[in-house]
Amino acid sequence: MTEVDKLTPVLTKRWLSPNSWTLRTYEQLEGYTALPKALRGSPEQLVQLVKDSGLRGRGGAGFPAGVKWSFMPPNEDKPHYLVINADEGEPGTCKDIPLMMADPHSLIEGCVIASYAMRAHHCFIYVRGEVPHCIRRLNAAVAEAYQAGYLGKNILGSGFDLELVVHAGAGAYICGEETALLDSLEGRRGQPRLKPPFPAAAGLYAQPTTVNNVETIASVPYIVNAGADWFRTMGSEKSPGPKIYSLSGHVERPGQYEAPLGTTLRELLDLAGGMKDGIPLKFWTPGGSSTPLFTAEHLDVPLDFEGAAEAGSMLGTTALQIFNETVSVPWAVMKWTEFYKHESCGKCTPCREGTYWLTQILQRMVRGEGTETDIDTLLDVCDNVLGRSFCALGDGAVSPITSGIKYFKDEFLALCESNRAKGASQTEPALAGAGS
Amino acid sequence: MTLAADRNHEGELEVPEGYVKLTIDGLEVVAPQGELIIRTAERLGIQVPRFCDHPLLDPAGACRQCLVEVEMGGRPMPKPQASCTVPVADGMVVKTQHTSPVADKAQQGVMELLLINHPLDCPICDKGGECPLQNQAMSNGRAESRFVDTKRTFPKPLPISSQVLLDRERCVLCQRCTRFSNEIAGDPFIELLERGAGQQIGTSATAAIADEAESAANTIEGKPFQSYFSGNTIQICPVGALTSAAYRFRSRPFDLVSTPSICEGCSSGCAERVDTRRGKIMRKLASNDPEVNEEWICDKGRFSFPYVAAADRVLRPQVRNAETGKLEDASWTEALRVAAEGLTAARERGVGVLASGRSTLEDAYAYSKFARIALRTNDIDFRARAHSAEELDFLTAKVLGTNPETGVSFASIEQAPAVLCVALEPEDESPIVFLRLRKAARKSGTKVFHLASWTSPAVTKTFGTLLPAVPGEEPKELDHLDSAVRDQLSAPGAVLLVGERAAEVPGLYSAVARLAESTGAKLAWIPRRAGERGALEAGALPTLLPGGRAVADAAARTELETAWGLEAGALPTEQGKDTADILRAAADGELGGLLVGGVDPDDLPDPALARTALRSAGFVVSLEVRHSAVTELADVVLPVAAAPEKDGSFVNWEGRHRPFEIALHRSDGATLPDCRVLDTLAIEMDADLFTQTPKAATEDLLRIGYAGTAVAAAPNAQPSEQPTRSKPNQAVLATWRELLDGGSLQADEPALAGTARTRCVRMSANTATEAGLRKGELAVLSAAVDGGGEVRLPVEIADLPDGVVWAPGGGEFGKIRRDLGVGHGSLVVLRGGGSQA
Repeated sequence: MTEVDKLTPVLTKRWLSPNSWTLRTYEQLEGYTALPKALRGSPEQLVQLVKDSGLRGRGGAGFPAGVKWSFMPPNEDKPHYLVINADEGEPGTCKDIPLMMADPHSLIEGCVIASYAMRAHHCFIYVRGEVPHCIRRLNAAVAEAYQAGYLGKNILGSGFDLELVVHAGAGAYICGEETALLDSLEGRRGQPRLKPPFPAAAGLYAQPTTVNNVETIASVPYIVNAGADWFRTMGSEKSPGPKIYSLSGHVERPGQYEAPLGTTLRELLDLAGGMKDGIPLKFWTPGGSSTPLFTAEHLDVPLDFEGAAEAGSMLGTTALQIFNETVSVPWAVMKWTEFYKHESCGKCTPCREGTYWLTQILQRMVRGEGTETDIDTLLDVCDNVLGRSFCALGDGAVSPITSGIKYFKDEFLALCESNRAKGASQTEPALAGAGS
Repeated sequence: MTLAADRNHEGELEVPEGYVKLTIDGLEVVAPQGELIIRTAERLGIQVPRFCDHPLLDPAGACRQCLVEVEMGGRPMPKPQASCTVPVADGMVVKTQHTSPVADKAQQGVMELLLINHPLDCPICDKGGECPLQNQAMSNGRAESRFVDTKRTFPKPLPISSQVLLDRERCVLCQRCTRFSNEIAGDPFIELLERGAGQQIGTSATAAIADEAESAANTIEGKPFQSYFSGNTIQICPVGALTSAAYRFRSRPFDLVSTPSICEGCSSGCAERVDTRRGKIMRKLASNDPEVNEEWICDKGRFSFPYVAAADRVLRPQVRNAETGKLEDASWTEALRVAAEGLTAARERGVGVLASGRSTLEDAYAYSKFARIALRTNDIDFRARAHSAEELDFLTAKVLGTNPETGVSFASIEQAPAVLCVALEPEDESPIVFLRLRKAARKSGTKVFHLASWTSPAVTKTFGTLLPAVPGEEPKELDHLDSAVRDQLSAPGAVLLVGERAAEVPGLYSAVARLAESTGAKLAWIPRRAGERGALEAGALPTLLPGGRAVADAAARTELETAWGLEAGALPTEQGKDTADILRAAADGELGGLLVGGVDPDDLPDPALARTALRSAGFVVSLEVRHSAVTELADVVLPVAAAPEKDGSFVNWEGRHRPFEIALHRSDGATLPDCRVLDTLAIEMDADLFTQTPKAATEDLLRIGYAGTAVAAAPNAQPSEQPTRSKPNQAVLATWRELLDGGSLQADEPALAGTARTRCVRMSANTATEAGLRKGELAVLSAAVDGGGEVRLPVEIADLPDGVVWAPGGGEFGKIRRDLGVGHGSLVVLRGGGSQA
């Protein structure tokens, strides 16, 4: 049994307050108290503080935020940019948008502090275009912050200027990839860029740029207020701090649960009231559909960057999609693959063509027209996509398939059995593409 | 850089500064820093398959075909790397498909993925037989596909212009075409559209009409697709996705006979390949010549060859029947006899020679020698365009005898800190120079200045600065350049490029020469036509003899008389007449005859005078490829070979010698080069040119050698008085010939003509308002002096100075010169002509 006090509301502590999204509420609850402290320090001190805190990127890859910040040039020969990746699109992920809905000023305060630390005078929040309500709220909050002097010229009399722009994306999963996001923000077609140059050298408009996730930046004011050591009291040595876990699917109370990194699904399920209707857990994703599946065996895997990786998956965005025994794994994998086929940007061959092919095989198998050879083909095509594509989208696209077959091959074989039962009359077409 | 070179006594490879040492497939290699792995491997003879990679385009890493394993500092990188995007590094260990099973499987995997949606239509595909996808599928792919599901299909072909057709099913989305258009040409008219497996190449209009196979000739900004370089996308497409409307389904690559050649389209002398089949040119391709055209040619060079097979080719010698007044076919013997007799008789009163700016060096030499020996005159000029005595001095003083080592070259443009274009719209008048200017600006930060009347597309695409000038006032502008511009042009390596149009502005050549003197900038003259520079060296001019010798120089004449085996004093001593004077004299009945080689009267400064001259000259002999306004009036017409049908050489604007062989062997009458016809004609006139073949002409030229004794002071002509606008609807005309203007080499190629720029008259908003015109309305242009016709063109607003209008010059499409008899700097009258239909 675990204790309910696993909950550690930091980022979410204001979410249930009345009108939590307003400046008034934010200011009443310690809001904008970190900013003056930060502005009194030097940019170098802030970078060091974030380095010391061990804060790791919350967008999925877990890159140490302070180290990323330190890549920015230590001078202002060129304009610097901070770009907030709020293009939350990973299936199952629902943390940044609730955060921006409930507590937009924590993000804005984080933006000002981070911009100051990186000598940026322009900050962009790139929000996925499908959430106009969130964009409206964010815009309202930005307007309030300008009004109150937290944004604009000479912030709080410090001499530091910052312009903050909320930008709506146009609906492409790929724009969550930081360089595709930058292209999209520049008004181009969103496709990932060749690296190097990395954004810190030539990012937005070819100027030094840092791209950070919403949750990462929103964590910064708390670190400034309470210090790196406080931050490290939560989570593990390598993965410190609190994390918003979003639970969805077959649980009694789906939603966002903030707990220290390293919390297990078993503990989170307790918080969420257990599996819905008591039907047993079959499989789940630790961090969105791009992270390899886990099963009931993995209930006690500590959900931090190291724990998830050791168990053969990735922490990702801590989007826990939870499926009970009523769900067919091949069907779920097919649906995910259809998503990746739809969202593949098309730039590179493996992802573009691979997802096209994989989708057709899975659809055919789910229709009951697959063969055992198809399972081998699936795995081999996945092998030809994984690590061969231009960006991580291709890697993510094959994760559900390879892990699905790894843990639930029986279900795929069962689909082939049903096909074989239909009789051997259906033979493969003589030419590729000749059948339809 | 080579494998064998530079081993020290211990047998280790020496690594010079700026180089790194790495291992590829177990072979140690030294490579320059920054070189991409795929290129280093290629130098070692290791071919890594690739599609998106192109040495002249920025790396993309999109196709993923070139994956190799890379180890740095003893640690293998976790994923195979695209060798087209990773620069070499010291101590790097690379394993290609030859030594790494991982790389091999990755490549086989990508190849299989590329093929799942590729149609199996190689047997009817233009690219079949020369297709990188076909070849590399054989070398790095599996023989059978495991793909049994449904292929993606698109309606096809989709014309993205009148000359480029797109097959989206064959496309492997390597983006070479879009990157070429964006990076090299600066014409981003095609882009990737949609995403995932639905991703496709298209224009703004193709997205909307994806299901209809109709033309979508619009760019992403909605502008018409008018790239002068679009044909290169067909050539660099690694599959058969982009095909040429003219070549599509006409031939298989293995049925073609390919001949390396030199383009006759302009003065750059691009290396090209001419592909013929059964006595017809099927297509032209760019050849790789890093010093000149790199791997690109313009669409005019690529597509304008059907003129060679035009129906109006002169195939038989013709002699005018004195009784009927009609031209009648004749034997060579008879035609040459009549011509020789006529010219011999006319010689008493003088025969003028109008040679062509399109001649090969050998042909120009033959004209030059024929005039001096057979016709005993210096009345010869190759300048079938506006010209001046000032130009003659300029060419003699500043251009004659320069070559890429001593003068300006493509390379020196690329390295120049600053370039100023004077009387030269590079994209229209020298497209390969334009590409090099754009490359210089893009890659090396070269500052490009354009002294012109408005911000033409070339100004924008060379990231250039317009130095605005009213036509006629260019000399004044040059003499009073902004000091910042002058400073940049004074930097070592700065270049001045001046076009042939400078002859239309009195004093401009002089001002250019002064600017070159005062800044130390290197100077190059860039004429439009392929043969002009060669004709200058061949002395096809009233003041110059072949090999840089002056007519006025007695020693040079003696030298030449000896070399040519003539009696002392045989060469005419009097300076000859230039084109305008020859025509004036002929029109006034002062000349006994004219010998005309490939000249279109409508190109001449005064087309009406030219026609009068042809009528008034006692006897006219025309050497022509196609029937023309000259053959209509000639007494004898002698057929000559077009450029691809003969061998010879051009001297390009750099002064670079560009020899070429016969690409198209004809079996009918039009097979003789001008030099051969003139040689035989001379024999009929008891003179010997020793130009029986181009090779013989070359030898004769080599024998007389280059003297370079002709000297002239830099011209110092005064600008003429500016014409004053006496009425509000008068304007000063700015004009030049656009690249695609229906000129005589572009005949019979409608697909090419379809990509010509929309013809219009440009003026400032104020000028338009003053004339009561609005954008899109038809304006009527006429000459300010009486007589002459009218030209109607739709109005476009541009940043011209008030009181100046621009209209396209020459060619079939722009008839300003022919119909109005006016040129750059003339006064024209502007009035409304009603709305456009």
